[in-house]
Parts: sequence; C-alpha cells; structure tokens
Amino acid sequence: MTAYLLRRLMQTAVVVMVMSVIVFFGVHVIGDPVWLLVNPQMDQRDIEAAVRALGLDRPIWEQYVYFVRGALQGDLGRSFIFGEPALTVIVQRMPATLELAVAALVMAIVIGIPLGLYAGLKPQHALSKIIMAGSIVGFSLPTFWVGLMLIMVFAVMLGWLPSTGRGPTATYFGITSSAFTLEGLRYLFLPALNLALLKISLVIRLTRAGARESLQQDYIKFARAKGLTHGRIVRVHLLKNILIPVVTVLGLEFGNLIAFSVVTETIFAWPGMGKLLIGAIQTLDRPVIVAHLIIIVLLFVVINLVVDVLYTVLDPRVRVARQTA
Amino acid sequence: MSLTDSDAKIDAREPATSLAAVETPFSRFVADYFESRIATGALAVLVLIICLALLAPLLAPQNPYNLAEVDVLDSRLPPASVGMAGYTYWLGTDGAGRDLLSAILYGLRISLLVGVASCLIATVIGAVIGLTAAYAGGRVENLLMRLVDLQLSLPAILIALILIAMLGKGVDKVIIALVTVQWAYYARTVRGTALAELNKEYVEAARCLGFSHTRIVFKQILPNCLPPLIVVATIQAAHAIALEATLSFLGVGLPRTEPSLGLLISNGFEYMLSGKYWISFIPGVVLLITIMAINLVGDQLRDVLNPRLKR
Repeated sequence: MTAYLLRRLMQTAVVVMVMSVIVFFGVHVIGDPVWLLVNPQMDQRDIEAAVRALGLDRPIWEQYVYFVRGALQGDLGRSFIFGEPALTVIVQRMPATLELAVAALVMAIVIGIPLGLYAGLKPQHALSKIIMAGSIVGFSLPTFWVGLMLIMVFAVMLGWLPSTGRGPTATYFGITSSAFTLEGLRYLFLPALNLALLKISLVIRLTRAGARESLQQDYIKFARAKGLTHGRIVRVHLLKNILIPVVTVLGLEFGNLIAFSVVTETIFAWPGMGKLLIGAIQTLDRPVIVAHLIIIVLLFVVINLVVDVLYTVLDPRVRVARQTA
Repeated sequence: MSLTDSDAKIDAREPATSLAAVETPFSRFVADYFESRIATGALAVLVLIICLALLAPLLAPQNPYNLAEVDVLDSRLPPASVGMAGYTYWLGTDGAGRDLLSAILYGLRISLLVGVASCLIATVIGAVIGLTAAYAGGRVENLLMRLVDLQLSLPAILIALILIAMLGKGVDKVIIALVTVQWAYYARTVRGTALAELNKEYVEAARCLGFSHTRIVFKQILPNCLPPLIVVATIQAAHAIALEATLSFLGVGLPRTEPSLGLLISNGFEYMLSGKYWISFIPGVVLLITIMAINLVGDQLRDVLNPRLKR
C-alpha cells in the first residue's frame, strides 16, 4: 500500500509539473497584457516602467524559473488586475465554489439514487420509463441553457427564487456558508440544481444499471430464500453493492463539478472561482489564469488519488487484486 | 415541417424492407437500425436538421448578416409579430432586430460545421495515434497512453478554456480546442479494438504475405476498428456541439461575426430578465433537439454495432 501510494504521489507531482509548464508557456503566447493594464495616456517610459515592475521584460524561461521558485513557497504570482497575490484572490472565492459543488453533489445523491433505484426495481413501470427518458434529456441538455431556463421560470415568471448572487452567510464550526441561512439557501437552490442536473442523470443511470445487475445475483436470491422482507433486501443487500460504483464515480465527478461551475457561476453571477477564471481570461490576467489552473489540476489529481485509495479501502475485492498484482 | 418530417421517415424505412431479402452485413445493419422507432425518428430529425443547415441561405427569409435587410426598429418582437416592412417574424426577432428564424438557420450551420469538423479531425488524429500505440507497443504505447490518461483525467471544459485562453477567439481556434479535447477518446477506443484485432489470424496471414506495416495497419486493421470508432464519433459530435455552444455562451468561443446557436442564446440572456424569453429559448430548443437526435442515433448505432448484444 505504501509503495502504491508513493508511486501515485510521484505520478501526481509529474502531472502537476507538466501542466504548469504547458499552462505557463501557453498563456504567455497570447497577447501582451501590458496594453490592457496601462493608461492610454502613459508615455513610453512609464509603460516600460510598468513592464519592468510586472517582470514582463525578462526572458520567458527566467519568468518560469522565478514562478516555480515562488510556487514552491506558496506564491503563485500577483494578479495584474487586483494587485493582490493570485492565490489570495482565488482562495477568497474558493468557499463559494466548494459550497456550490457540495450542494450539487448532495442533490445528485438525494434525487438520483431513489429515482434510479425505482427505475431499476420496476423497469417496466410507466414511471420508470419517464425517469429514464428524463435522464436522457438531462444528458443532452446544455448546462448553460438549463440555467437560463431555471432563471426564466423560477425567477422571472414565478418570482419564487432570486436569480443572481450569493445570499447571506453564517459561520458554524469554522465553516462559513450560505447554506446555513434560510435566505442563503434560497440563493443556493437554483445554481446548485443547475450544476447537479447532469450528475442526477448520471446517478440515475448508474443506480438503475447496478440494481438490475445485482438483482440477478445469487446473494439476492439467497436473501429471498432466507425469507427477508423486500425492503430489507433492497436497503441492506442491494443498496450496499450498488453504492460502490456510485460513490467512486461521484468522487471523480466532484472535480468535474468544480470545473463546470465556471458555466453555472457565470449565469447566476455566483462569486466563485469559475467566474474569476472567465474574467481573468477576458482581461488576460496571466497570474490568476495560471494559478487557477494549477490549483484545479492539483485538486483534480488529489481527488483522483483519494478516490482511488478510498476505493481500495471500501472494496475488499480491489484490495486483494492489488496485493496479488 | 410535419410533411417533410414524415417523408423522411418513409424514405428512411424503405431500404430496410427491400434489402432484407439479400442478407449482406450492411443490409442487416440497416434493418437492425430501423427496428427502433425512436432511433428512426431521431435519424429523420437529424437528416432534416442537416438539410436545414445546408440549405439555410435558400430557406431563410432574411440574411441576418446583411444589415440592409435588418431593421433595428423591429428588435425584440415576440414570435409571430409583423415587422415594419410588413413581414411576419414567426419566431420573433433578437436584440438587433434580426429575424430569429433566419438567425437560427444560419447559426445551425456554424454549430454543425464546428462540431462535425472538429469531430472528423479528432477521429483521424485519434485513430492514427491509437493504431500506432497498438501496433508499436512497448515504450511508444506506454507514452501515448499515459498522454491519453492525462488528457481524460481532466474535464473537457477546462482544457478547452485553457486552450481558448492561449489561442484567442475564432472558428479555427475553437475547432483546435475541440479537437484537443476529443482525440484521446478515439485513441483509446481504437487502441483497444486494434489490440484485439492484432491477435487474430488474418493479421498473422497478412504478415506472412510480407505486407508492409502501413498496409497491415490501415488496410487490414483499421476497417475492423471502424464500428466502435463510428459510435464514439457520433456521441462526441454531440459533445463537441454542446461544448462549442458553452464556450460561445461564456464569451470565449466564436466571435460575434459568426453567431452560432450558443452565441444566439448568449445574446438573448440580457433580455431574459425582462421576460423576453424567446431570444434565448428558441435557439436553445433547436440546440437541444440537435444534440438529442445525435445522442439517440449514437445510442442505436452502439446497440446495433455491438456484436455482444446481437440477438
């Protein structure tokens, strides 16, 4: 296990390194941010001073070495636009994004598993067919368009829920979240639903497939033969086995949720990391783009690693296979 | 619209019945495909959409790029209202007074062009890399497949955003971004199939006959890898169209001069809060129908082309 973990950590380091090179050099190929930053009335000398102050006059490899040296000490550069360290700017917005992603994940589980289970247990029922048709539509719907329609229906036509921004927050147990206030929940609902929609469809399909497959297995037949009630078979025997793939996939999808929050945050004006990235791309705020992407990549490889390790812990079959391999 | 729709359906079904007498693999494939009514309908819709996109300049009542034909006074009219020139806008007009129907037809062209072009390029690149990996084996295979893993472990939208950030806006740039996002899926699929094919006797026979490596790879192995490749290509085309729309909506995809469906939806966003829903809603419905039709066709292709599911 230790050897496996070490090997994975090494791979992770290599991936982050490679990505940092690609992103850093790639972002520097695009236009010169100086022209967006300087005042048009500035003369040549002032512009040169600004370039020097930002370190943009050095050769690119030198800028990269400088960047890596800083990055290893937790300094990912200073935002051109905000004038603050890029890391600070991003970390400030991280809780909002994480809150959104977690809310979407919870929604996917709470809505997706019961629906998928129902469709799997009663595949011929009319309601099951509606659920499955709904999940196909859910897969095909472009996230951004659904977001617009949610705003249209719930905010404009019905006027039930607010359409933009994040609500008031409250702090409990050291976590500041808008999910702790009623008003905050009202702001959270639409964006979270928007982000969750694809994952709900995914969970429905996974749960249904799992249920249909597991129902044929011997242990279910045996449980029936023992005379267990239907409810107990489903809750204890079936659900436990279905949950393994669902948990794995959802774990991996968490990173995807954070990535896709770019879209949702833009639509609902949610003050998170995704909106920051889009803004940074439009204003060529290089340090923020680079820092943002490196943080996301880091987050991703860490999530993948954690899920992999958890998987080994949760499923004895994988553990055995890996030890013998 | 309903007339052409049903026509297409009848046309589409005919070959299935007439060819069933002579059992060729292709006629069996066609017959299998049209067994499902949903898939038949989806194909008919898809054909209709492609025709609409191809014939847009002939069908559209207005050229939305020709400023002489667009009247700003007609902006933001609801569907089926009559404009200043006495012309009826069946789907309403957008913020600049463009006829939405015409704008959608032209937008469909761009969306499909970007989706299909990126998909084709990615198929070729992915197939060549996948075949190379499978045939070469060893270190080359290892390196290529690690690259595929790296690519697939990161979300598509993020990679596309990074690339767009580097490259800037434009049709060609969006296509490059979409190709980069997609090639790995094809490479993995083709490598998997090719590995299975490599162990078969016909490949050995071809080797014994002294065929060149390129001939074996492209003339013997590649045709046998096509069925899964076609399935992946169909599903990926839908993804590509959706991703392009998303990028354009975020304002980092296509430029304003080339309004795809995503950009039309994005243009309507600012009017949404004042209740003018149609500017975003209708292009979105067209986008949704397109993506769903492609997905349903892809699903059916997968079922028909998968030998394990053969009844």
